[in-house]
Amino acid sequence: MTYFLQNFVNALQWGSFYALIALGYSMVYGVLLLFNFAHGDIFMVGSYIGFFVATGLVGLSAVGVITLPYWLILVLTILISMILTAFVGMLVERVGYRPLRDAPRASAAITGLMIGVILETLNLIMLGAERYKFPELLQTEIYELGGVSVTNKKIMIVFVSLLLMYLLNLFVMKTKWGMAMRAMAYDFAVVPLMGIPLNTIAALTFGLGSALAAAASILFGTAYPVMDPYMGVTIGWKAFVAAILGGRGSIVGAAVAGFILGFIEIFSASVFPSTYRDLIAYSIILFILVFRPHGLFGQEHTSKLRL
Amino acid sequence: MLLSVKNLEVSYGNIKALHGINFDIEEGEIVCIIGANGAGKSTTLRAISRVVPVGPDSSMTFMGQNLLDYQADKVVSKLGISHVPEGRRLFGNLTVKENLQLATFARKDREKIPSDLELVFSIFPRLEERITQMAGTLSGGEQQMLAVGRALMSGRKLMILDEPSMGLAPLLMLDMFEALKKINAEGTTILLVEQNARLALRFAQRGYVLETGEVVLSGPSDELANNPEVQKAYLGG
Repeated sequence: MTYFLQNFVNALQWGSFYALIALGYSMVYGVLLLFNFAHGDIFMVGSYIGFFVATGLVGLSAVGVITLPYWLILVLTILISMILTAFVGMLVERVGYRPLRDAPRASAAITGLMIGVILETLNLIMLGAERYKFPELLQTEIYELGGVSVTNKKIMIVFVSLLLMYLLNLFVMKTKWGMAMRAMAYDFAVVPLMGIPLNTIAALTFGLGSALAAAASILFGTAYPVMDPYMGVTIGWKAFVAAILGGRGSIVGAAVAGFILGFIEIFSASVFPSTYRDLIAYSIILFILVFRPHGLFGQEHTSKLRL
Repeated sequence: MLLSVKNLEVSYGNIKALHGINFDIEEGEIVCIIGANGAGKSTTLRAISRVVPVGPDSSMTFMGQNLLDYQADKVVSKLGISHVPEGRRLFGNLTVKENLQLATFARKDREKIPSDLELVFSIFPRLEERITQMAGTLSGGEQQMLAVGRALMSGRKLMILDEPSMGLAPLLMLDMFEALKKINAEGTTILLVEQNARLALRFAQRGYVLETGEVVLSGPSDELANNPEVQKAYLGG
C-alpha cells in the first residue's frame, strides 16, 4: 500500500507536466485543426526564459536592489516566463502558421517540426552546448506521511498545475474570448461572420498554450534542474501522445490524459524493469486508441473550414 | 444607395462562379436573388461578407465606403452587415444565450445590445424559452430562429440570408418570412437568396434572377412573378 501511494504521488507529479503541455497541443488543434509540433521546444524556450528571469531576480536580491523571498521569486518567475513565452508562441503562430492557414495540413506539420529545430539551434548558437542548471528557488523539504515520503516540491507542482487548469477552464467557459475559442473549435468558417477576428483568437490560443508550457517548464525545473536545448523533445512528444489519448481538441481530455499517461508510465516502471517503461506505457495507449480512435474525450464532430 | 455592387467577379480556382454581376440595394428594402442550384447566389453573399476573394475589376460600395477595404470580421463589426449562412451553421456546442452573446463580440455600440436582445426575443419568443439549451439540441425551426437572431445581434444595417427557408416545413417558412418582415420594419435592410422563388418574390419588393453567374432579369417582385420566363423556370409554370 505504501508502495502504491508512493508511486501515486510520483505519477501525479509527472501527470502534471504532461497535462500542462498537452493542453497547448489540444487547444491549438481545437481552434486551428493543426498540431503545433514546435510545442515541445516552446517548453524548452520557457525553461530558458525562466532560468534568466529567476537568475536575474536572485541576482538583484543578492546585491540588495530588491529584497524578495525565494518563494516570491518562484511565483514571479512562473508569471513572467508565462507572459514572455506566450509572446514567443504568438510569434511562432504569426511567422510560421498564419501564412499557411489555407495550405495542406502536412505543410503546417513540417513547418512546426522545422520551427522546433530552429528554436533548438538558436539556443545552441546563443548559449552554447554548456548545460545550465535551473536555480534552486525552493529548498526541498521531505514529509513522511505514513511511510510515504512527499516533498514540498511535489505538492507545489501538483497544486500549481491544478490551479492553472482551473483558471484555464474559467477562462474558456466564462469569458468572451474563451467562448470564441470554443466557437472556433466547432465551426471555424463562421467565426468571422460574428465579427470576430480569427487571427486574434488564433494568436490568443497559441499564447495560452505556450504560457502553460512555460509554467510546466518552471515546475519541471524545480524538480529536474538540468537544462539543455533538446529537453523539450521527449517530454513534448509524450505530451502530444497524451493530447491524442485525451481526444484531439478536447481540453478536459488533454488534462485527464496527461495524468493517465503519468500513471501508466510510473506504474509500468514500478512493476516491470524500468527500461521497458516506454514500451509498455505506449503499448497500453495504442491499445486504448484501437478501441477509442477519437481518444477518451474526443468528438467525431470536426470544425468546418469553409463557408 | 445602401449597397452598390458593380462588375462582381468571383472564381473558385479556374471556375468562374460570377461573371461580373451588378445590383443595388436601397436602405430599408427587402431584395431577393433567385436562381437555380449553382447559379452563384451563395457566392454573391460570400463576396459581400468578404470571405471569398473578388476579381480585380469588381467594386462594392456600402454606405459610401469601399467594402473591399474591410476584412470579413470588420464587415460585420464596423459596417453592420450580418450574414445568415446556408445551413444555419450555429455553434452547437454553445448555448442559445452564448450564440447570441458571441455575435456581439466586437460591437462598439454596447449600450444598444440589451434593446437588440429584447427585439430578438420579441420576434422569436421561443429563443427566450430555450435560452440555456445547447444550440445543437434545438429543432430545425428553432435553429433557424437562432441563426437569424444571432445575425441580428451581430449587426443591424444589412442582413444577408442564404436560403432561410431551407429545411423548414411550409408553415415554418411563412413564419420565418413574417419574422424577417418584422426585422425589416425595425430598420434592417434585407438581402436574401432563395431557391424557393415563389416565397421570396412574395415577401421581397424587388428581385434579381441569377443564371450561371449572370444577372439575366431584374425588377419589382410582382413583375418578375408575372414574367412568363420566370414562371416557366422558377415557379413551376
